[in-house]
Amino acid sequence: MAMKFKSNAPEKAEMQLTSMIDVIFLLLIFFIMTFKISAQEGDFNVKMPIGGGQGAMDTTNIPIKLRLKANPDGGLADIVVDETRSFENDFTKLRAYILQLTGGNAPPNPEEGPEIEIDLDYNLRYVHVIEAITAVTGQRQGDQIERLVERIKFAPPRKPN
Amino acid sequence: MAVVKKFDTKLAEGDMTSLIDMVFQLIIFFMVLINFSQEDQNEKIKLPSSELAKPAEAPLENPIVLNLDFSGSVYLGSETTSVEGLRPLLQVEADALKAKGLAAKDANIIIRAHQNTPGGKVQDLIKKCQEVGYEKFALRALEDRR
Repeated sequence: MAMKFKSNAPEKAEMQLTSMIDVIFLLLIFFIMTFKISAQEGDFNVKMPIGGGQGAMDTTNIPIKLRLKANPDGGLADIVVDETRSFENDFTKLRAYILQLTGGNAPPNPEEGPEIEIDLDYNLRYVHVIEAITAVTGQRQGDQIERLVERIKFAPPRKPN
Repeated sequence: MAVVKKFDTKLAEGDMTSLIDMVFQLIIFFMVLINFSQEDQNEKIKLPSSELAKPAEAPLENPIVLNLDFSGSVYLGSETTSVEGLRPLLQVEADALKAKGLAAKDANIIIRAHQNTPGGKVQDLIKKCQEVGYEKFALRALEDRR
């Protein structure tokens, strides 16, 4: 009598991948939708204790006074250093002057060295304030930054009349 | 004599392995790049850019982020106020620091002001913070690598 044998070959186990792929695609869509390419942000540090903004008390270390004048629409009209030197609205000339003053050598300790007091018209747009801070604090040379003046403070605000 | 060709009627199954591999790689890419640290940023604020604004190597200690928009509104966390009405909110932050054994002067005020905001408003904001005892400020700008 012929005997029937069951085949011992293992059956291929198949996983149901459909739901997993659904979830993965949902995750992918979430990350694509929330992905935002944004530029990196950096800071300019300003240390201003309550007495510090009201003018220098220490007469041995008088800050360089940087006056930023605005035109009626908030644009930059003039840059004046120490009430004598005018650079119109050219930050490159201002940087060259600061470079000449400091000799291009910032002290290793940011608490030391020359200080700049920025005195601006109330309506001057903030972008010009940052441009001025950029011009006096240093310059980029390739990937390196050459530091000029590290200490920055603001004069009391000039309230519009 | 006509030849009848017999077709295999089994369901054709594509191999999904490589597709899943690729999708996983995409997910990992987006997960790594997602930046949750931008939660303090405000969409209304367009920062000025500067070639010297390099991201800090270490995060600032005890940061308090103030967003100042073009109209002079200040955003601190979920609160919105004017520069004049900011003092109570700053006092709350100062009290929180005090509870941790710190003082207001130990905090770093990060100012994210819109590029067209009048500069005087930023000065007013700094002055308000000084009145509560804050001393350290960071003016935030976008990195400009032109």
